[in-house]
Amino acid sequence: MDHPADSTAMIAAISGALADPGPDDRELLASIVRVAREIFGAAASSIFLFDREEDQLVFEAVSGEGEDFLVGTRFPAHRGIAGWVADTGEPVTVDDLRGSAMFAQDLAERTRYVPDAIMAAPVVHRDEILGVIQVLDPHPQSRSSLADLDLLAAFAGQAGLALHGLVRSRAARSALALGGAEFERLAGIVRVLGELAPEQRASGLRLVESLHEVLAAMAR
Amino acid sequence: MTTTTPSGRAAARAAALTWNLLDRRPADIPVATSETVPVTPEWAYGGADGAGVRVCVVDSGVEAGHPLVGEVVGSHAVVGRDGGLTVEEVAPADTCGHGTACASIVRRVAPGCELHSVRILGENGGGTGAALLAGLSWAIEQRFDVINLSLSTSRPQFSQVLREMADDAYFNRSVIVASAHNSRIESFPWRFSSVISVGSHAEDDSDLVLYNPDPPVEFFARGQAVQVAGPNGSTTRNTGNSFAAPHVTGLSALILGKHPRLTTFELKTILYLTAANVRGV
Repeated sequence: MDHPADSTAMIAAISGALADPGPDDRELLASIVRVAREIFGAAASSIFLFDREEDQLVFEAVSGEGEDFLVGTRFPAHRGIAGWVADTGEPVTVDDLRGSAMFAQDLAERTRYVPDAIMAAPVVHRDEILGVIQVLDPHPQSRSSLADLDLLAAFAGQAGLALHGLVRSRAARSALALGGAEFERLAGIVRVLGELAPEQRASGLRLVESLHEVLAAMAR
Repeated sequence: MTTTTPSGRAAARAAALTWNLLDRRPADIPVATSETVPVTPEWAYGGADGAGVRVCVVDSGVEAGHPLVGEVVGSHAVVGRDGGLTVEEVAPADTCGHGTACASIVRRVAPGCELHSVRILGENGGGTGAALLAGLSWAIEQRFDVINLSLSTSRPQFSQVLREMADDAYFNRSVIVASAHNSRIESFPWRFSSVISVGSHAEDDSDLVLYNPDPPVEFFARGQAVQVAGPNGSTTRNTGNSFAAPHVTGLSALILGKHPRLTTFELKTILYLTAANVRGV
């Protein structure tokens, strides 16, 4: 019998749901910006998370220029091209933008790279704008066309799933930080159940179900 | 005792809701455009520059004085006051350049029109929901002839009130020209039949306007690599449906400048009849 292995898997599943910092989501975001950068022949590609509480855009993934230091950097949410995209949910390409008002020059200089062209699309999950994906200085043949903008929007769809996963994992971590002891006890119950023989486990599960019903009645 | 004169009755009829024609004859409802068919581009807007037409750009504000924009007669913004939103007069400025870019397209198509701006994006933040409603509602109340709305909201809770506002504008001869969303997203108000919705074609022709026989997007105009106003007299090239709508806004201003007091239905019909693919050119 391989009960310990089973129980470890169950605990991993619970702790994954509750506490996983989201390495898979983060890797997916990194992969999306890396592929976007390569497909568009761009100097850089990045994904911002729209932090509504702080009213800021936060770099979550960067490929190319700035990838060594930009992740985690925050900017005001309603400025520049990324800000406009976050506000409106509309993809846009702006070319010849050195000096463009849509492009917040001072913010660009903080990133240590001032591009000449930007393509940006909203990262959306179920009607909610979670952030923005942008591509800096795409190859001239890969910009200024509506089809290119559609392609970036398709990438944004994938980014939406990944960013949603990341946000959910962080929320779970916050919940764990607030109620860690309770979750630890729940994990302990799962561990014990995993170590029981099948018949005992069935009885144990019935006990848990009864407890769940009592707690649900209390919550009502 | 008061008496009602015939002209007084006519005025009362005009002000009242019309739901039948029982007390009038067909000759009592003349239509300004009835003797002018066939409708051609020359008839519709030939020689027009949009003079006398009030156009409002509902966006991120418009920077006045740009060579590609010129005079901005009125500049307002949605601002937060006492926990609510209100519209106040502000200095002409643009928080991110998008409104200025759109205004420059309108100006290029209709150089004689009177440009106004109401800013709903930028300083207040919060996206396109409540601020969009406040700004658009204000613009409709001001009875602008054409309202350019190069953005939309995907929040379903705003749909019904936006629909009512769009109907209000439609029946009061305020034409809302709204850009379709750039992605396949359910958003408003461009999907409403009471507005003129515009998407992008991929031709490098700023004069080309096409009718779409497969709605909800009703017209296509240039939205790819469009030369627009940047800051300090500069120009940029922008791509997106945002930049298609102002072409139709400008064209609407030309038509209304030459044929004032058209209803939105009449205007939309003229846009249809003069569209390049309808004319077969």
